[in-house]
Order: sequence, then structure tokens, then C-alpha cells
Amino acid sequence: MSRKLELIVLAILLIFVAQFIYVSSTTNAEYGGADDKPEGVIEEITGGTYKPIAEPIWEPPSGEIESLLFALQAAIGAGVIGYFFGYYRAKKNYENKLGYKGKSKPEGDRHSL
Amino acid sequence: MAHLLYLLYLLLYIFIIYGDPMHIMEGFLPAIWCIVWFAISIPVIALGIYKLNKLVKEKREILPLLAVAGAFIFVLSSLKMPSVTGSCSHPTGTGIGAIMFGPAITAVLSTIVLIYQALFLAHGGLTTLGANVFSMGIVGPVVSYLIYKAGMKAKLNFYLVVFLAATFGDWATYIVTSTELALAFPAGNVLSVAGFLSSFSKFVAIFAITQVPLAIIEGAVSALLFKYVIEVKSDILVEMKVLEDSVVRKIRGLSA
Repeated sequence: MSRKLELIVLAILLIFVAQFIYVSSTTNAEYGGADDKPEGVIEEITGGTYKPIAEPIWEPPSGEIESLLFALQAAIGAGVIGYFFGYYRAKKNYENKLGYKGKSKPEGDRHSL
Repeated sequence: MAHLLYLLYLLLYIFIIYGDPMHIMEGFLPAIWCIVWFAISIPVIALGIYKLNKLVKEKREILPLLAVAGAFIFVLSSLKMPSVTGSCSHPTGTGIGAIMFGPAITAVLSTIVLIYQALFLAHGGLTTLGANVFSMGIVGPVVSYLIYKAGMKAKLNFYLVVFLAATFGDWATYIVTSTELALAFPAGNVLSVAGFLSSFSKFVAIFAITQVPLAIIEGAVSALLFKYVIEVKSDILVEMKVLEDSVVRKIRGLSA
């Protein structure tokens, strides 16, 4: 099985990581998006007159709680993806091994979609 | 007045720390624009729910793929990544859903993620939900979908097409977000072409550089996920007319 695509993706990720290491060690970027450029664009445009019309109903009380909830979001997603890939992989594997291939083909409904 | 300015500064600071190019923070659109974007987004979400019900009724076997497409949005939009500009943003993950199920159903999946983030993470907001669904759930996926269809018609390499579709879908999302902000906050406080363009260039300048590397990563990871879907479940993609049989055989031939 060709692993060409994996290598390309890995290369892209490595370039990204290298960029991060370089930028974070040569500058004192805060990585919050809090650099001078975006700060106060709305304020600058409106002359500081804009007042938000609503505030979040609930905010994570701390950065830790926020990262907990973000991690939870990623974990739920990763779990679902892993479950179904594992399911399909095993199914395909056993179908091939036990020769169920012909029987398990779903009936295609050509009229839908 | 000084207190108010301080509060505004604080909110902007929070906006910049926790907010990001993708989602417009709660309250950061005037009411009229909230209504406009809801008015545009709600019919698309309704169409998406209708299509989703129809699809699930006719083909129950697509449910796992639907879950994977939704979960991919969940994972990618939770990954705040550092970018070249020294600020953070996150990908959208909507390309996969758009290619497999079309933009309307992807709008529904995105809405679920956006509501989760608005309620539990103070990320995005309920008043700005319409605007955020429009950028992330509608225009991004539409762009991905069109690029995918055009690319496949032109018989380009399948993974390259997925990469381009997901990457440009991501970029389109931030361009729309900048547009939404510029429409709400045109320079000179009066909506004119010049005022809009002036504000637009400011918002795009902030978000453009940050989002470029993230969009590329999103494209690459989306292509990789598609590879694995084809490996285990290509028949369903052919059945849904996402891929032609000949393309699957060609990919298999190359990677087998």
C-alpha cells in the first residue's frame, strides 16, 4: 500500500511545526491573537462607540475549564471517527477472510440522491 | 464613560484572545445584522434538515459516514493552532461533509458545533449564530462543494481536488466573516462601498495570514481522511455519487 499521501501530509505538518518553533523562539508572540494588528479594529472603526448587544450566557470560569471543554469536544469527535473506522476496517477484513463479499453488498437505490 | 471604554477594551481583548477569525463573538454584531444573517441561514438549515431526514430514511447505511463527517468538524474546530502571525485560530473541518453530503446538510452539522461552542465555550455566540452559520456552515461548504465538482469534472487527481476544496472552503469562511464584520462596521460608520472596502481590508489583513497555513493543514488532513474512507467504504461513496467507480478503481490501482 502506497504511503505517499501520508508522507506529504507529514511534510506539511513538519513545515508547520518548524514554522511554529522558529516564530515562537525568535519573537515573543503571545499566540492569543493579541498582537497589535487586530487589537481594537472595531474600536478604531467605530471610534470606540460600539457596545456589544449581548454577552455570552455562560463563560468558562477559567482557561483550564475552557481547555477541558475543548478537549472534550475533540475527544467526542475523535472517538466517533475511531469507532466507525475500526468498525468498517474489521468488517471489511472479515468479509474478505470469510468470503462474504458478494452477500454483503447493499442494494443500491439509484433513484435517491 | 471611562468605565464603559474600559469595559469595551476588555471585551475586545477577550474577543481577540478567545474569539478568532472563524466565529464572530457574542454581541459583536448590531441587532439588524444578526437578523439579516439569521434570515439567510435559517432557510438553508431547514433545507439541510429536510435533506438529512430524507437521506437517512432512504439510506440508513450512510449514518456512520454522517457521524464521521460531523465528528471531523467537531475535532478540527476544537483545535486552536498557532499560526505564522503569532496568533491562534482553528480550522473548520467542513470540507469532508460538503463533499460527501453537500452544503445544506453540512450547514446542519456546523450549526450543532457552533451551538456547542456558543453555549459551553463562550466561543462565537447565539446572537451571532446566524452570521457564523452563514460563513462556516454555508459559504465555506458551498465553495468546497463547487471546487470538488469542478475538479472532478476536470479529472484532476482526487486527493488534490479534496485538498483544494477543503483549503479554499476554509479560506472562504474567513473571507465571509471579514465581510460580515465589515458590513456591520464600515469605516465612517456609514455603509458605503468605500467604507466597506476600508473595513474589509482591515479585517482581512488580520485574518488572512493567520488562516493561510491552517487552511493548508485542513486541506491535507481532509485528503488523508478521505483516503481512509475510500479504503474501507468506497462502495457507499460511489452509491451516493460522490465518486465514480472508475475513479475509485484508479485510486485503488495506484495505492494498492
